[in-house]
Amino acid sequence: MSYTKRVAGRGFDEARPMEAKVGVIKRADGSALFKIGNTWAYAAVYGPRNLHPRFMQDPSKGILRCSYNMMPFSSFNDRVRPGASRRSKEISLVTQKALEPVLNLQDYPNSVVDVFIELPLTEAGSRCAGICAASMALADAGLEMKDLVSAISVGRVDDKIVVDLDYSEEAYEGGPVADIPIAMMPNLGKMTLLQMDGEVTKEMLQEAMQKATKVCKDIYEVQKAALKQKYATTNGDE
Amino acid sequence: MHDELKAHVHGLLAKGTRLDGRKFLDYRDVKVIKGYIPSAEGSAYVKIGDTELIVGVKMTVDKTYPDTPNEGGIVVGAELYPLSSPEFESGPPSIQAVELSRVVDRGIRESKCIDFESLCITPGEKAWFLVIDICTLNDCGNLFDAAALGALAALQDVKFPTYDGKKLDYKTKTGKKLEVVKNPLSVTVYKIGEHFIVDPDFEEEKVYDGRLTVAVEQNGTLCALQKGGDAPLSEEEVVAMIDIASQKTQELRKFL
Repeated sequence: MSYTKRVAGRGFDEARPMEAKVGVIKRADGSALFKIGNTWAYAAVYGPRNLHPRFMQDPSKGILRCSYNMMPFSSFNDRVRPGASRRSKEISLVTQKALEPVLNLQDYPNSVVDVFIELPLTEAGSRCAGICAASMALADAGLEMKDLVSAISVGRVDDKIVVDLDYSEEAYEGGPVADIPIAMMPNLGKMTLLQMDGEVTKEMLQEAMQKATKVCKDIYEVQKAALKQKYATTNGDE
Repeated sequence: MHDELKAHVHGLLAKGTRLDGRKFLDYRDVKVIKGYIPSAEGSAYVKIGDTELIVGVKMTVDKTYPDTPNEGGIVVGAELYPLSSPEFESGPPSIQAVELSRVVDRGIRESKCIDFESLCITPGEKAWFLVIDICTLNDCGNLFDAAALGALAALQDVKFPTYDGKKLDYKTKTGKKLEVVKNPLSVTVYKIGEHFIVDPDFEEEKVYDGRLTVAVEQNGTLCALQKGGDAPLSEEEVVAMIDIASQKTQELRKFL
């Protein structure tokens, strides 16, 4: 058996339609919205600001604190109960680790940079969408960065390596499936998030990483365009 | 706290204006988009000035309560996300979130805009329950009115999911709409010094003395009240605030 055709007629290397906007949350220091298909992620950055409780302060560097949260009505299935779950805590952690390498946290001693990611609508790939939004929000906050971070979920559906899995593919029953979310620093060419669940061969994983690298470059262009767009349209008052 | 800001706002009010140049009873621009979130059974996006929030309704089938065996019900929750304001913190719902959700809940429940009996599937056993979640994106003031507007708009958008008596299928919408027989909306009137204003921005909210949230049905009947703030109100003041709220809710109805 073989996986020959994707739902909605997408090509195997084709991500869902993307949309990005920067500066969407008035009271945040930086913010962004990233949409990929039916997955929407808002991100807001507050800081660097004072870190409380004080015992958490580090005089040698600032800390990055990320919070990933799905809105209660964001799932096409049951309501998501508000508050942190084991899943959301883990995603918050890997998001933090995906973003840390592009920041110079030693510039912000005793401080915290807070990143809040809220998803009003989710249909697969939500941690990657959150990371894409968060990295734009960090740039919008004016923090010094070595690169942006772009992220996409690639994976195996039966005998094919496909880009940007949707729900029907994650639940595909005709053969083995693997979901591999990857975050990249597109200019530095290195990965800052790599997770997988499912079964693949080493060769398949390599193919998946190569495809992710390629798509992340496309996402990077979308992110960059959105950042430029904001600063092209402000008249100096923001 | 905020002494300078308070003096500034008072000074402006004495001259008949406000921080952003509005008149006392002017609303900022209002925008409502129904059906904003395709994963919800009903939803609405509300924007009042820079304040933005999303209200989503998810439906479940659950056991009826022993004291109301012929009725379904609603639950209202409010999430004041730290994403939307530097003053909101992570963690369990704050007292502000609880007050907001309860005031919106009362406006809907007490106006009887939804016939809870029509939500009953099998008396004493099963009924539909609606969970209405208010989620903030931007808090630039006046979340109370935005939330009430969003909740009503989201309820008007609700379509039942498919239920075969055993399993719920959220992916297949039936097209059957929820019957919303009344339109309760609320307007919160703020007292700052001797002046009344509506639709405060987040800075005016820091320096108000008293507030009264008034939920009003389309025919003018009042269906919920909530006084807040430190300043006591006289009977004349309450009557004046209700008159303002009644007039402003009528103006808000055109956005639904």
